[in-house]
Amino acid sequence: MSETTSMLDKKDTAAEHEVLLDAQDVKVHFPIKRGVFFDKTVGHVFAVDGMTLQIRRGETYGLVGESGCGKSTFGRALLRLEEPTNGTVTFAGTDLSPLKGEALRTLRRHMQMVFQDPLSSLDPRQTVESLLLEGMRAHGLTKDAKAADARLRELLTAVGLPVAALRKYPHEFSGGQRQRIGIARALSVDPELIVADEPVSALDVSVQAQVINLLQDVQEQFGLTYLVIAHDLAVVRHISDRVGVMYLGSLVEEADSDGLYATPLHPYTRALMSAVPIPDPLIEDQREQIILAGDLPSPANPPSGCRFHTRCPWRQEERCDTERPQLRVVQIDGVPTSHRVACHYAEQIHSGEIERHEVSATAVDPSSLSDSPTVNTQENPGGPISAP
Amino acid sequence: MTAPSPAPATTDTLLSVRDLTVEFGTKGQTPFRAVDGVSFDVRPGQTVGLVGESGCGKSVTSLAIMGLLPKRGNKVAGSATFDGTDLLTLDDREMRDRRGRDVAMIFQDPLSSLNPVVSIGVQVAEVLQRHRGMKKSAAMAESRDLLDKVGIPDPSRRLKEYPHQLSGGMRQRALIAMALACKPRLLIADEPTTALDVTIQAQILNLLKELVVDSGTALIMITHDLGVVAGLCDEVNVLYGGRIVETAPRHELFASPRHPYTNGLLGSIPRLDGARNEQLAAIPGSVADNIPWTSGCAFAPRCSRAIDVCRAETPSLEQDSVAIEDHLLRCHNPWPTGGEA
Ligand SMILES: Nc1ncnc2c1ncn2[C@@H]1O[C@H](COP(=O)(O)OP(=O)(O)OP(=O)(O)O)[C@@H](O)[C@H]1O
Ligand SMILES: Nc1ncnc2c1ncn2[C@@H]1O[C@H](COP(=O)(O)OP(=O)(O)OP(=O)(O)O)[C@@H](O)[C@H]1O
Ligand code: SF4
Ligand SMILES: [Mg+2]
Ligand SMILES: [Mg+2]
Repeated sequence: MSETTSMLDKKDTAAEHEVLLDAQDVKVHFPIKRGVFFDKTVGHVFAVDGMTLQIRRGETYGLVGESGCGKSTFGRALLRLEEPTNGTVTFAGTDLSPLKGEALRTLRRHMQMVFQDPLSSLDPRQTVESLLLEGMRAHGLTKDAKAADARLRELLTAVGLPVAALRKYPHEFSGGQRQRIGIARALSVDPELIVADEPVSALDVSVQAQVINLLQDVQEQFGLTYLVIAHDLAVVRHISDRVGVMYLGSLVEEADSDGLYATPLHPYTRALMSAVPIPDPLIEDQREQIILAGDLPSPANPPSGCRFHTRCPWRQEERCDTERPQLRVVQIDGVPTSHRVACHYAEQIHSGEIERHEVSATAVDPSSLSDSPTVNTQENPGGPISAP
Repeated sequence: MTAPSPAPATTDTLLSVRDLTVEFGTKGQTPFRAVDGVSFDVRPGQTVGLVGESGCGKSVTSLAIMGLLPKRGNKVAGSATFDGTDLLTLDDREMRDRRGRDVAMIFQDPLSSLNPVVSIGVQVAEVLQRHRGMKKSAAMAESRDLLDKVGIPDPSRRLKEYPHQLSGGMRQRALIAMALACKPRLLIADEPTTALDVTIQAQILNLLKELVVDSGTALIMITHDLGVVAGLCDEVNVLYGGRIVETAPRHELFASPRHPYTNGLLGSIPRLDGARNEQLAAIPGSVADNIPWTSGCAFAPRCSRAIDVCRAETPSLEQDSVAIEDHLLRCHNPWPTGGEA
C-alpha cells in the first residue's frame, strides 16, 4: 500500500513530467538480400516504421504488441544496439545519433537491458560474482574493492538472492532466480533507464508474479525508469503507468494504463483486449469477443494506408486503405489529450455510428515471411548487450 | 498408495482414467514419478482441463493415455478405459488404429507432428483415406473443405503448400483439420495455443469450442493458463507435482478455490480487469523446493497455510466436505470457502 501512495506522490512532483527518453520517428528497416553473394537488396523488412514516444523520468512505459510487430527491434534501437534507419533518440537531453565508441559506451551505463532469459547468452563458466562485476568494471565502478563488495551484497539483497549465490554458476539457478540475477546485473551499473524485453514471459505464473513484484520494488528503491516490452497485455497493464500498443512497426494507440483499459479506442486494441483470457468464468461467458481474421501481415510487405485495414472489423471504404492514420488526440468526452490513437474513424467507432462487420481472412504470403536470409529473430544475440 | 476417490465411472463416461502413474528412470536408479495416481473422467461433448505449471505432469499424462511415451525407460500403471477398453493394455498396432479413429491429439508445436516434405492437403487426405476409406480424389476434396472449415484462408492454394510455408496459427489449424478428419470421439489438446499470439489463440480456442458443440467430441485441454480454462473447460483438474490437488466444475473452482496452490495461482495472475499497482500475491519459491509426496504435501514448503501435519502426512484427494457440487481436494488445511485470492 505504501507503494501505491508513494507512486501517487511522485506524480505530483515536477520530475514526473521530465522527459528522460524521447524517440522521434524512429525507423529500422532491414535489407532483404538475395543472390549468390547476398549483395543484392531485393526489399526491406519494415520492422520499426515510425515510432514516436516519450518516456518520463520515474514512470513505467509498457510497449505491447504481437510477435513480429517490432517491439524488440525498437528497444534495441533506443540503445543503438540496432542502427536506426531514420529518426532521433534523445536521452536525458543528449541526442544519441552522433555518439560513437567511448561516448556511446559511457552513455549506455545509464540505459540497461533485461531479457527474457538474461543468462542464456552469457558465459556459463563465469560465476554470478564475476558476471556482476564485469559490467561494473567496464564502467570503472570496481576501483574501491570494498565498496564494490558492499555493492554486490546490496544488489543481491535487492533482488532477493542469498549471498551464497555469488559463488554459483548460471545453470545452478531456476528460471526465476536467473531473472533475478539478470535484474541485479542491469542494476549493477546504477542505470537510470531499464529496457526490459519480455522479462517474465519465460516464467511460470507463480514465479512470474515474484519477478513482477521485484521489478516494482527495485524501481521504487533505485528510482528507475522502465520501458517494459511484452506481448501480454495483462502483465503490461499491471506494471505500466502508460501503455503504447504497437502493430506492424508503429504505435496505434497510447494512453495511461487505466484509460486504455477503460476506453480502448483503436480497433486493434479492442480486439487484443477482448482476446486476453480472464481467469473468471462469469466474465469469460459474457464478454464481447472480437475475433480477428487471419494473421499479422508480413512487415516486408505491409498493407497500404492503415496497416490494420486488412483485418479491421470497422474498416471503411474511404481513407483506410489509402491514407496512413497518424497518432492523434480525439474529441471524445472523458478522454484526455494524453490518450492518442491512430485511426481515422476512432470517434465514430467509439460512438457506435460505425458498426463492426465481418472480415474474411486474406492469405498472408508466406514466402515474404520465410525467405529473407538475413533475418535474425534471436531474442538475445549476446555480444554488445552484455558488454555495457 | 492413496486410493483414487472419484466415483465409479458412470455409463456415459467416454474415458475413465484411474490411478494413472508414470515413472521414469533406468534400472538401478531411483525412479522419478512424473504422474502419481491421477484419476479423472471425460464424457462426450465435455471439455476437461488439466492445468498446472511446468513439469507438473500434464503432457506425460496425455502421452500415457495416447500410448505415445518413449518405448523404454518408463513404467506406466493404472488404467485408461475408453469405451470399455483399457487403452494402456493395447499393443502398438491396436493403439495406432485407435489414434487414427477414436482419439486424436494436437500439440503445442504443430511442426513436430506434421511431415515436412508432404503438402498439407495430402497429409489431411491421407488421414481420410486411411481411416475413412475414402478414394484419393474424394479425400482431396474433403481435405479442402476441412481446411476451409478450420479457417485457413484460400484453402485450394494452401492445400499444395508445405508446413514450413504456413504461420504458426495456420499450422495449428492444419493439425486440427487432420484431427477432425478422423472424426475422433476424444481430442487431447496439449497447450495448443501456448506458442501463438493471443489474437490467434482466440481464433483457435473458438474453433475448438465449436468443434465440441457441433460434433459432441470430448476435449481434454491441457494448459498452464487459468484464463483459458475459465472460458473453456467444464471440469478442471489442477495438478501439482504429478498429482491432482483440486478438481471441480469450472464455476465452482473459480468461485471458491480451496486449495492453497489453486488460490496461489489465481493470486499470481495479473488480471486485465484487476487493480493495478498492487503487489501480486506471488507463491514463494519454486517447484525445486517441493518435498516428496510420500513424506507429506509436496507443496508444503511454498504454502502459506502449511501446518505441522502437512510435512508429516500425505494428504489424500477427497470430496470437499463443505462443497455442494463435486469438488475434490488434496489438502490438510484448505482455505475456507470463498478463498482468499
Ligand atoms: N536482424 C534482422 N534482420 C532482418 N529482419 C529482422 C531482424 N531482426 C528482426 N527482424 C524482423 O523484424 C520484425 C520485428 O522483429 P522484432 O523481433 O522486433 O519483433 P517483436 O515484436 O520483438 O516480436 P516477438 O514478440 O516475437 O519478440 C520481424 O519480422 C523480424 O523477423
Ligand atoms: N521421457 C522422459 N524421461 C524422463 N523424465 C521425463 C520424461 N518426460 C517427462 N519427464 C519429466 O516428467 C515431469 C513431467 O513432465 P511433463 O512434460 O508432463 O510436464 P508438463 O506439465 O507437461 O510441463 P510443461 O508445462 O512444461 O509442458 C517433468 O519433471 C519432466 O522432466
Ligand atoms: S483506420 Fe480504418 S482500418 Fe484502421 S483501424 Fe481505423 S477503421 Fe480500422
Ligand atoms: Mg521480441
Ligand atoms: Mg507439457
